[in-house]
Amino acid sequence: MIEVAGLTKFYGPTPAIQNLNFHARPGEIVGFLGPNGAGKTTTMRILTGFMPPTSGTARVAGYDLVDQSLEVRRRVGYLPETVPLYPEMSVSEYLAFMGSLRRVPDLDDRIDEVLEQVDLSERAESFVGNLSKGLRQRLGLAQALLHKPEVLILDEPTIGLDPAQIIEVRRIIQELGRERTVLLSTHILSEAQQVCDRVLIINHGTIVAEDTPGNLQSQLAGAERLTVLTSSSNSELMRLLQGVPGVSSVRPGGREGEVELATAPGRDVRPIVARRVVEAGLDLLELRSAGISLEQIFLQLTREENDSKAGG
Amino acid sequence: MRNLWIIASREFRHYFISPIAYALATMLYLILGGIFFINIYYGLQTGQINPDGRMVIGPMVTILLFATPAITMRLLADEYRMGTMELLLTAPVRDWELVIGKWLGAFGFLFVVLALTWIYPLLLHRMTSPGIDQGTLLAAYLGLALAVGAMLAIGVFISTLFRSSVAAFFVALGVMLALWIIGGLSSGAGTGAQLAGWLSFVDHYYNNFYRGVLDLGDAVYFLSLTALALFLGAQVVQARRWR
Ligand SMILES: Nc1ncnc2c1ncn2[C@@H]1O[C@H](COP(=O)(O)OP(=O)(O)OP(=O)(O)O)[C@@H](O)[C@H]1O
Ligand SMILES: [Mg+2]
Repeated sequence: MIEVAGLTKFYGPTPAIQNLNFHARPGEIVGFLGPNGAGKTTTMRILTGFMPPTSGTARVAGYDLVDQSLEVRRRVGYLPETVPLYPEMSVSEYLAFMGSLRRVPDLDDRIDEVLEQVDLSERAESFVGNLSKGLRQRLGLAQALLHKPEVLILDEPTIGLDPAQIIEVRRIIQELGRERTVLLSTHILSEAQQVCDRVLIINHGTIVAEDTPGNLQSQLAGAERLTVLTSSSNSELMRLLQGVPGVSSVRPGGREGEVELATAPGRDVRPIVARRVVEAGLDLLELRSAGISLEQIFLQLTREENDSKAGG
Repeated sequence: MRNLWIIASREFRHYFISPIAYALATMLYLILGGIFFINIYYGLQTGQINPDGRMVIGPMVTILLFATPAITMRLLADEYRMGTMELLLTAPVRDWELVIGKWLGAFGFLFVVLALTWIYPLLLHRMTSPGIDQGTLLAAYLGLALAVGAMLAIGVFISTLFRSSVAAFFVALGVMLALWIIGGLSSGAGTGAQLAGWLSFVDHYYNNFYRGVLDLGDAVYFLSLTALALFLGAQVVQARRWR
């Protein structure tokens, strides 16, 4: 359980995050999405007790972040952005050290278990300093899982992994997300779409959108985009389709005779469009609807935000 | 409390795989061995060996003045530099447990190194006929342990302030040299001289412990210096969370 209210952090005079409000329940995987410098890592560092917020409050796993920091830290598993490791230790020594600080019961068995989980068992005796980037990332994840934390905070968990491992780590996260609270940050939108139950889009330290990936897609993008290709000219077609109920905008397409329609959410205008075209005596060559990807929403949202900032 | 031991034992073991520790121990034993040999050699020629077990302690104090900053420099500076501080500060470990644990690990290591130097006075004891004054030697070693504890605590404190262990080394060395030479000002009269004597590392060690006298005031001086430095170290770690 994570509950955040009015969380703000200043680095000197500049705010990194401002007045964040959100929550995440057990059994929920929440994705933190935002461009570089948006404040994702800052938020995660606050929620893991690494640094205190400038103002605002948060409860993590039922404890107050500032007043009961130790209780919070006991219950949180954290994978930092740049996985910090001790190069002179072996993989199992490293986990033994972290596990003993966290009082993990039956530590040796548990270490074997997490190494198995992140597919590092063969490297248990390797020196951490000799691991490749992806293997370090996995060791970082093993460290975060070691004490079976109620809340997992993962800062870009799949960065630097090979495709097979990305799939594997996403599967692990989804499995953990069934009972635990998971907050993960990512730049990869398909990852958010695939793994997360809910997405928070953050830009310039404020949350600009929050919903399920599916809802964000339909609600924020003006639902769907429809491409219509006929045998007529662009201008004629645009005139024809302008007044169709449910069509919010009409733009010329890339080819002659093609237009792109944006439609209001939840309305399928394809039958009406088809009829209009045929009734006007034109040949309908193509009628294609394309959902707007989260990628586009993301760019749109963060761009709007930038424009309004630049404007004043 | 258990965290303190976990951190201390990790540091303690770390010294035994680090080249700095071996370089230091080797240098220490070579220099002390050389001094010991010269003393015995001339002693045999004159037929009179000076039965003073402290012949190795005097030079050792000077070596330790440079060695303790080298031992403590990386303790916290490296954690900050490597980013592993993020790991320690998000683990359920109190800031003071971390700082004291680091100090204890370093103290344990140096304690082992110093204990091994006892071999020279033991040899001397066997070579001379009435033997050496064990009481004086014990007091001198006890004082040395207290002084080393304080020097290491200062080093740990300074190490919390930096990301660079080299910077931590030089600043810690500077502070220790200052506490060392301030004793030179204590010879005159007046409150300034009194204060200097009060702060001086040298006066608190050589005036009593080294002469075989156990003085509570001196012990309190070293212990409170240790406590103060560790307290400040924990405060810095906490303050650096805010950045
Ligand atoms: N220690 C620091 N001191 C000063 N400013 C900082 C510090 N850490 C982060 N910032 C600034 O705070 C803002 C938010 O940074 P943050 O690391 O939280 O972004 P992020 O969303 O994690 O970005 P990325 O996707 O690149 O990881 C940035 O403008 C960054 O430059
Ligand atoms: Mg980041």
